[in-house]
Amino acid sequence: MNIWLDFFIDSLAFGATFIYGSTGEILTEKAGHLNLGIPGIMCMGGAGGCLVLNLIGKSGMPGFLIVLLGTLGSLAAGMLMGLIYSFLTVTLRANQNVTGLALTTFGAGLMKVLMKLTDPVVYLVGPKQLFRFPFAGRTDSLQRLGVLFFLAVAVAIAASWVLFRTRAGLNLRAVGESPATADAVGINVTRYKYAATMIGSGIAGLGGFYYIIDYMASQEAYLSIEAFGWLSIALVIFALWRPHLTILGSTVFGLLFSCSSYIANIPGVQITMAAKPILKMLPYLVTVLVLIVTSIRNKRENQPPASLGQSYFREER
Amino acid sequence: MEKKLALQMRGITKRFGSVLANNHVDLDVYEGEILAILGENGCGKTTLMNMIAGIYYPDEGHIYMEGREVVIRSPKDAFDHRIGMIHQHFKLVDLFTAAQNIILGMEDQGRYNLKDVNARVREIAEKYGFRLDPEKKVYDMSVSEKQTVEIIKVLYRGADVLILDEPTAVLTPQEIDRLFAVLRKMKEDGKSIIIITHKLNEVLEVSDRVAILRRGEHIATVNTADTNEAELTEMMMGQKIDLNIRRSDPVNVQPRLIINGLNLYDSERVHVLKDVSFTAYAGEILGIAGIAGSGQRELLEAIAGLQPLESGEITFRNPKKDKPVTFFHKSLRRVEELDREHAFHDPQGKEISFKGMSRKDIRKWVDSGEVLFKEDEIIDLRNKNPLEIRELGIRLSFVPEDRLGMGLVGNMDITDNMMLRSYRKGPGGLLDRKKPRALAEEIIQSLQVSTPGTATPVRRLSGGNVQKVLVGREIAFAPKVLMAAYPVRGLDINSSYTIYHLLTRQKENGVAVIFVGEDLDVLLALSDRILVMNGGRVTGLVDARSATKEEIGLMMTRTESREGGEAHE
Repeated sequence: MNIWLDFFIDSLAFGATFIYGSTGEILTEKAGHLNLGIPGIMCMGGAGGCLVLNLIGKSGMPGFLIVLLGTLGSLAAGMLMGLIYSFLTVTLRANQNVTGLALTTFGAGLMKVLMKLTDPVVYLVGPKQLFRFPFAGRTDSLQRLGVLFFLAVAVAIAASWVLFRTRAGLNLRAVGESPATADAVGINVTRYKYAATMIGSGIAGLGGFYYIIDYMASQEAYLSIEAFGWLSIALVIFALWRPHLTILGSTVFGLLFSCSSYIANIPGVQITMAAKPILKMLPYLVTVLVLIVTSIRNKRENQPPASLGQSYFREER
Repeated sequence: MEKKLALQMRGITKRFGSVLANNHVDLDVYEGEILAILGENGCGKTTLMNMIAGIYYPDEGHIYMEGREVVIRSPKDAFDHRIGMIHQHFKLVDLFTAAQNIILGMEDQGRYNLKDVNARVREIAEKYGFRLDPEKKVYDMSVSEKQTVEIIKVLYRGADVLILDEPTAVLTPQEIDRLFAVLRKMKEDGKSIIIITHKLNEVLEVSDRVAILRRGEHIATVNTADTNEAELTEMMMGQKIDLNIRRSDPVNVQPRLIINGLNLYDSERVHVLKDVSFTAYAGEILGIAGIAGSGQRELLEAIAGLQPLESGEITFRNPKKDKPVTFFHKSLRRVEELDREHAFHDPQGKEISFKGMSRKDIRKWVDSGEVLFKEDEIIDLRNKNPLEIRELGIRLSFVPEDRLGMGLVGNMDITDNMMLRSYRKGPGGLLDRKKPRALAEEIIQSLQVSTPGTATPVRRLSGGNVQKVLVGREIAFAPKVLMAAYPVRGLDINSSYTIYHLLTRQKENGVAVIFVGEDLDVLLALSDRILVMNGGRVTGLVDARSATKEEIGLMMTRTESREGGEAHE
């Protein structure tokens, strides 16, 4: 067994959680909304998907349908959270930071209640196998990359394509940079903000679902999702607001994060329990370094959207 | 040659609250002409045009295009009717290229292909003689290039009626020539061009017809070829109105603030103050007249220490002659320094020297109040920050144009807003709230601020009351120079007169008052002298008792500047 390949594939698989989370956050931020509710939204996305699985998991439906419905349930739960966030921050112009933090607390709490209601067996049998590609069956480490992993990569690339290669993306970026300008040329600012926030939240929600069902395949997995939500927000900065870069960033974060578990398995390496948290801190340290580097270089393209965090009031008309 | 009507406005009226911005305006615009809309600040030029561009909706009146009535409720409606407006403040996304800005928000016309857009932009630019690289990012552009992007943005959407709001305000003379050449080409192409301006020479140079607005009313539309500068000025300014503002004759005037050769660039490297020189005297009101944005704001900010200067001097004469030295603001080291320059004498007029004395003795002597300044203190204000200016003992009170933006904090109550000027004075690290509250109560009393009490957030007060609080606070700190920019903007008549009276009283107390106003009648009635600014330059300094509105109006609007001596005193 090659421990290095194992380590790398595991980091890739683990990193997909962050691809979902930060791609979702980037879409929201590109509309000018700093969504600190992402951790809660990922929790709810996970809970929503798991509840659906719990309902239909033993109904004898074909496997792919169960997977599909579970994914849709997760997507819907995330979008519902996004709708709440949009209504508060876009329509009612509530403070984005406060709203986001409230949603995180709410989502993480509610998830704990909902997950207790589900049957732990659901997480172990069936779904885990259904998420695998058939060709991945040969080696154990490739086993770890399932449908939802490849979906994450596809979503990140598609998000980049939409943002930077389509009219809708151009308009959305204009909304996040300068809503007044967008408004003046007839772009429906509110609609774009709602759409970006809700789609972004739906994508982020999938991250929670993926982590519980695919990566960990265990009911207890929900306990760490909130922390990964925060990591996803940090990753947005690392990826310089480009969804496709979250794939690279997630892998780096995954490697850094997993190295605390793998380092003990490397022959000849001895670490104490106390060193583990320090290793887990590495992703955040890297984020700080990236922030420092991008701030020093100060390239306009690498900065957050100009109107990030600000509510838009159309001037008196 | 018979010309075709492009657009007609009939009986257009627009009110903002109780203010009548446009009163039954009729206007015709023909195809293939350049129409200039001429008028003073706040005469309703921009408001009128905003109604064609879909920013505002008229309260009364109708707009016709090609004989049919049209309803324009949003900028999009205006685009649909082939009307485009280039606003004074550009609306562009800095991070995007020119081409991206140009197609922003347009409905799908085929695939999103920037190459095609770039080619089309180049084509339009070539046709009319613009210089623009469609792939350049807006943040790398000069003001003139940004304007070009805005114009092409409008042309790209197929506009036939183009409205340009003060298009030359931010351009250099060469850029203006280039713009005019482009405008003429567009005119030949059959487009209707409306330029809003107050610069007479430009009107005469580029337009075919001129429509003159005054106080929201349409005075006349004349053919440019049949008119001249003097006639236009007269129509623009109208007759002088007697306002009955009490004005006392200045007594004991002394130079207080000497400005010499001030040059200043703004953050976009536009030359906003050009060689400005003047002296403000204690005991008089110096009015500053000029079209909005002629550098008045920057001038006041430069004096208040809020703008870094390019070159020039700002000298303040602190009236210290025969006044005792105090330690209130000065350190002992400063006193010793001045002593080496033989700056002090005693009440009998004998020179004082501290040479060889111990610091303790010097302090004792100064504290006795018998050490007097021989001359006024001359202080260089250049590049000092507002706090340093105050620590030097200079009470420079500043009433910013933007009342709630820079002067007051909306969410804080009146007392707290008073403390913005006195927060450093409390014992130790604690705040003294008693004095500010007393001051707040005094201002509410003496200026008749209508408020439930001192604990009301300033944001809840009406505009007039906010202004009274701000002016009241600035005056309360016994200024030696009081600068007020548009202090009566948005105020009703009674509040305005309260403010005029306050300024006059300050002048009688020996304060040098600098008053930036927009209403020439008020400037003429209130000031002692009037400084006229035009495009960042001083274009005249007149005696307010003998000057006429037309004379000042010409100085405000004529662009060829009178260089050299005349602009100075």
